[in-house]
Amino acid sequence: MSSHVLSLLVEDKPGLLTRVAGLFARRGFNIESLAVGRTEIEGLSRITILVDVEDLPLEQVTKQLNKLINVIKIVELDPSQSVQREHLLVKVRADNTTRSQVLEAVTLFRARVVDVGIDAVVIEVTGDSGKTQALLRVLEPYGIKEIAQSGLVAIGRGSKSITERVYKN
Amino acid sequence: MTADSPVPSPSPSPAAPGLSGAGVEPEILTGSGAIIRSLELLGVTDVFGLPGGAVIPLYDELMTQDAIRHILVRHEQGAGHAAEGYASASNRVGVAIATSGPGATNLVTAIADAYMDSVPIVCITGQVFSTLMGTDAFQEADIVGITMPITKHSFLVKRPEDIPAAIASAHLIASTGRPGPVLVDITKDAQQNKAPFIWPPKLDLPGYRPITKAHGKQVQAAAQLLAESRKPVLYVGGGVIRARASEELLAFAELTGTPVVTTLMARGAFPDSHEQHLGMPGMHGTVSAVLALQEADLIIALGARFDDRVTGKVSEFAPHATIVHVDVDPAEISKIRTADVPIVGDAKDVIADLTVAYATSVKTTTPDISVWWTYLNGLREEFPLGYSEPTDGLLAPQYVIKRIGELTGPEGVYAAGVGQHQMWAAQYIKYERPNSWLNSGGAGTMGYSVPAAMGAKVAEPDRVVWSIDGDGCFQMTNQELATCTINNIPIKVAIINNSSLGMVRQWQTLFYDGRHSFTDLNTGHGSAMVPDFVKLAEAYGALGIRVTSADQVDDAIKLALATNDRPVVIDFIVSRDAMVWPMVPQGVSNSYVQYAKDHAPTWGEE
Repeated sequence: MSSHVLSLLVEDKPGLLTRVAGLFARRGFNIESLAVGRTEIEGLSRITILVDVEDLPLEQVTKQLNKLINVIKIVELDPSQSVQREHLLVKVRADNTTRSQVLEAVTLFRARVVDVGIDAVVIEVTGDSGKTQALLRVLEPYGIKEIAQSGLVAIGRGSKSITERVYKN
Repeated sequence: MTADSPVPSPSPSPAAPGLSGAGVEPEILTGSGAIIRSLELLGVTDVFGLPGGAVIPLYDELMTQDAIRHILVRHEQGAGHAAEGYASASNRVGVAIATSGPGATNLVTAIADAYMDSVPIVCITGQVFSTLMGTDAFQEADIVGITMPITKHSFLVKRPEDIPAAIASAHLIASTGRPGPVLVDITKDAQQNKAPFIWPPKLDLPGYRPITKAHGKQVQAAAQLLAESRKPVLYVGGGVIRARASEELLAFAELTGTPVVTTLMARGAFPDSHEQHLGMPGMHGTVSAVLALQEADLIIALGARFDDRVTGKVSEFAPHATIVHVDVDPAEISKIRTADVPIVGDAKDVIADLTVAYATSVKTTTPDISVWWTYLNGLREEFPLGYSEPTDGLLAPQYVIKRIGELTGPEGVYAAGVGQHQMWAAQYIKYERPNSWLNSGGAGTMGYSVPAAMGAKVAEPDRVVWSIDGDGCFQMTNQELATCTINNIPIKVAIINNSSLGMVRQWQTLFYDGRHSFTDLNTGHGSAMVPDFVKLAEAYGALGIRVTSADQVDDAIKLALATNDRPVVIDFIVSRDAMVWPMVPQGVSNSYVQYAKDHAPTWGEE
């Protein structure tokens, strides 16, 4: 198995996400992360999917995703040719005795504290999954109370755009 | 993909002009009126359906017009299969209508069937009021969600002004590219409310761009391979029929002299009487067709999808063959077997291009397939299709089916159910033209035959339409005989009554030590005969005939052919021990094709 990042340009229509997810579910593939958001073109959304599958079944799923009427374009984003980020919010136990150590970790990871309570802080961090996982490992001894994590979002490097060839005119 | 269906383009050309001319105020229609007007403008003349609470507004409008004939079925599954039979017999889009909830879910089997066999149908379902959606309202079902994996596309319409575009898009998507079923679910309020009717509607389908014209370089490469091949075969699938490419195929085959095999879905795509036709490949294919594929050095797949019933064990399928795969659907190419030369395009265009390219290739290469033909002709001679007379003295089902074909001829339409009778109908009726053979190939839907035959007869009223059915299949959808009688749709039903679920019984005989678990239906010889099919036919206003011996077969068929004022049902009481041969057992290489029980052909080892 190997991880793949697929970026889909889709029409923003009800049920579209079900259609996309259904093609993975049909084969028993698990979607590891999913992020959906608007694009610079009105009515179009972008879905970033992280899946862990072999190359051959992935090719088949990609072809079938392409057949969905509301899917306009699909690209697989190579990690070396793209910027890939995820966003993590984590609530960590931090009282008078540990707060300074937690804050030191925050600084080291270039993360930010976005909420402070009497015995806990909420930290946000953005990065690739290596970075977010490393931060979690460092924070774990203090007591992680809650995690909320966004799906991976990714964009190709360089000047080319996923939308430009589709919507040239 | 077709000449008289709209080519994929931003907007379809209207079937009737002048409805939205400049300066003319568009007519105000209810959503229901818009549904019917849209269908009419798309050229739809017949629909099959059954009303219910959520489509009463639509039915109310149906009553006020006569451009579209509505045929009231007795079960929505019948409407779905009738739409399929209509489409498969005529290449026109079939339309089925059902109400919300159970009406819609009753269409599901037919939709799945159409999806597997790429049949262009549009299903229109009523949905509860948009304000009630999601509340478990009476007769509410999320039919768009339920059918998502088995439709080419679907639309949920909640506003009357969206109806023309939804219906036109559905019709376009169903009939172009790789055809398939499209569902349009319309809320009751959208049917009741009014909006200006604007035609042609603006179609917004930026993600729908079927590729029809193939890459020239690939086509030339395929033609060159064919010119160099010593053991080529054309593996013809149902796509050739959907693409209306039979003429092009005939020209291509004759120019190249290549052997042809036609899959279960492609029976009729190439004339059975043609010298180059080896018959059907696959689990119950002819020995020559099975081995032609298995031992080929080049397979040109045309609108075929390497189904497991054709390939047998995939890893051992055609080990020495180079694969040229032509399909309008890129997702089919290299799905099962990696294609050496993938060609995405419409079969009609691609085959014509291949013919031209081949003519160029043979200028530099001299094809020689005479040794191959000698071998294949030897197989044909040694292993012709055949059957042995049953030892129980009862009728041979193969004989009955063969005579139906011979007495009716190639202009007839034959719709089979699923099982042994389907295989015999594929084997023993000689098909000479496309769209003459209808069956449920991919899904294997028992109960397909009677309603599909009904739909075919509505589409092609001048043709003789046979439903070749089994006693099991017939009991699943025979209620449509009422529809046929009442609406003057005189189909002819041949029940190949072996008193059992015959194909399952055959597998139990061969692979489960003869343990015939729950396959006895008690409809035939020596049983309680429940139901009595002749009485049942009469109850439905059809002519019922029972045939128990070979000398009655021709007279019964002739009487059926002469009877056109009502449907006919012939109950052919046949031997239950007859089996479908040849056979490639499931999960083994096609090399192990058995001609008859315990009789495998020998052939030259490589």
